[in-house]
Amino acid sequence: MNGKTLVMGVIGADVHAVGIKILSHAFGLAGFNVINLGVMVSQEEFIEAAIETAADAIVVSSLYGHGEMDCRGLREKCDEAGLTGIPMYVGGNLVVGKRNFEEVEKTFLEMGFTRAYPPGTTPEKGIEDISKDLGIT
Amino acid sequence: MSILTVDFGSTFTKVTAISSEKILGTAKAFTTIETDIQEGLDAALTSLNSEIGPREYTHKLAASSAGGGLKMVAVGLVPALTAKAAREAACSAGAKVVKTYAYELTPADEQEIYDINPDLILLSGGTDGGNKEIILHNAKRLAAMDRGFAVIIAGNKSAATDCADFLAKTGKVTVTCENVMPAFNQLNIMPAKNAIRALFMEKIIEAKGLGEAAKIMSAPIIPTPLAVFEGAHILSDSLGALMAVDVGGATTDVYSMASGYPTLANVTQKGLPEPFAKRSVEGDLGMRYSLDALVDAANIDSEELASFQVRCAADPSYIPIKNTPDKYLDEMLCGKAVDIATQRHAGYLERIFTPFGETYYQLGKDLSQVKYVVGLGGPIIYSDNPKAILQNTIQSGESLKPKTPKFLIDKRYIFAAMGLLSRVNKELALKILQNELTEV
Repeated sequence: MNGKTLVMGVIGADVHAVGIKILSHAFGLAGFNVINLGVMVSQEEFIEAAIETAADAIVVSSLYGHGEMDCRGLREKCDEAGLTGIPMYVGGNLVVGKRNFEEVEKTFLEMGFTRAYPPGTTPEKGIEDISKDLGIT
Repeated sequence: MSILTVDFGSTFTKVTAISSEKILGTAKAFTTIETDIQEGLDAALTSLNSEIGPREYTHKLAASSAGGGLKMVAVGLVPALTAKAAREAACSAGAKVVKTYAYELTPADEQEIYDINPDLILLSGGTDGGNKEIILHNAKRLAAMDRGFAVIIAGNKSAATDCADFLAKTGKVTVTCENVMPAFNQLNIMPAKNAIRALFMEKIIEAKGLGEAAKIMSAPIIPTPLAVFEGAHILSDSLGALMAVDVGGATTDVYSMASGYPTLANVTQKGLPEPFAKRSVEGDLGMRYSLDALVDAANIDSEELASFQVRCAADPSYIPIKNTPDKYLDEMLCGKAVDIATQRHAGYLERIFTPFGETYYQLGKDLSQVKYVVGLGGPIIYSDNPKAILQNTIQSGESLKPKTPKFLIDKRYIFAAMGLLSRVNKELALKILQNELTEV
């Protein structure tokens, strides 16, 4: 265990259950304390779970193309709830259609996410980045 | 076998004698907690003896809600998580949970707690290994308060020892037990419930002047709502899913024995898991001591009502006579108390809009399939029309209250006694309950 707690889940009305299980498993093996909220998780649930568990980061998954709509306002709500500056990560099929990822990434970084990932990202990539960001050596 | 049960109520001390078959007799006398509780008990026993003759009892069991019952305050972190879990634990132990606090206690909260002057505080906050800051802050604030309450620490285990140290420094009695929410969304109320029960026996009974009475009993005295809870529990073993409503002078208590899982399609359960056996206490819905708050909650206003409130405040033992405007008001308000208390107890649906259309979240228990609703407590059982009052438990709007229940009432006030009896003879308690409850 590396002593870091991650709250993760699939946001909004999205019911894609497999990817989050894989992520939760991979991050667990990598030494993180994973609080997996499962599917159909609201912004409020991410925040409440992060408060009670004193999470070090929030990891959001979205596969059904409505990620932009579901994620908007999460940073502001975290600020309100006292989770000021908590690192937030997002990945999956974040938008519908053929927008290039640079544009999508920019949208999510502007929304307050620390990093955003395109489809096909391996768990290892996320583990590497988050470990670095949280100062795990 | 013959059993004596005693219920030290806030107003009456009720005694019930039971043979190995049935109830032999019941009697009551005024509770004499100000002088010596034994006087009231002796008076009730004298009256019982005159009815059924003196006898020896193999078991003497007692419950008490005298002296304000077991007054508690629950403290947690997030309202829908540890604060809710703490309240759930305190309610299940039979406490009168006056208020629940979340996040850091503010000076205003502290003043409120000081004024409530609880017997016990259940302090939670944080999952194990989670947030420590808030529970530590709250432990320090509670330690600084000049009140005699005891504290049960049932929060983040990583902070429990420090919390206990802060509280012990100012001489507070503290007990540490397992976290009410050890991991996210995991409800663990039994350890806190047991700790509350143990402290009630060891400390509160003595402090309430029941120490001498406790010595003549064959088992420790328990809080009356816990006895009622156990009565409801055994009854559900035979009747299936049920709900019980107990309207009193200070609170309205609701009990449900049901899994409460969703019964409707297109519904997803959300929030903290709910216990099968659930009790809720509404401190603002009482027929006398909290009548003003009940009127506020019911959002009704009239001149007749205002003057009725004045009469009740002047004399909380006031019972209106039949066919008078006051009796009508009393029954109407009792119905409101039942309506609001069951509404808060039952779950509800929250409509959400998704890219695929409308769907629903279920928060709390779905009690729509509950088959029986049992009416308890003076205002219901002595009502001219208990059915009309209990009809307020029926579903309306987005609430998940029972849809088509049958109504039973505890005409002879034996529910708590049967809860006590179930501790020594479950089958007999169930048999008597089935005979005694009347359908209305």
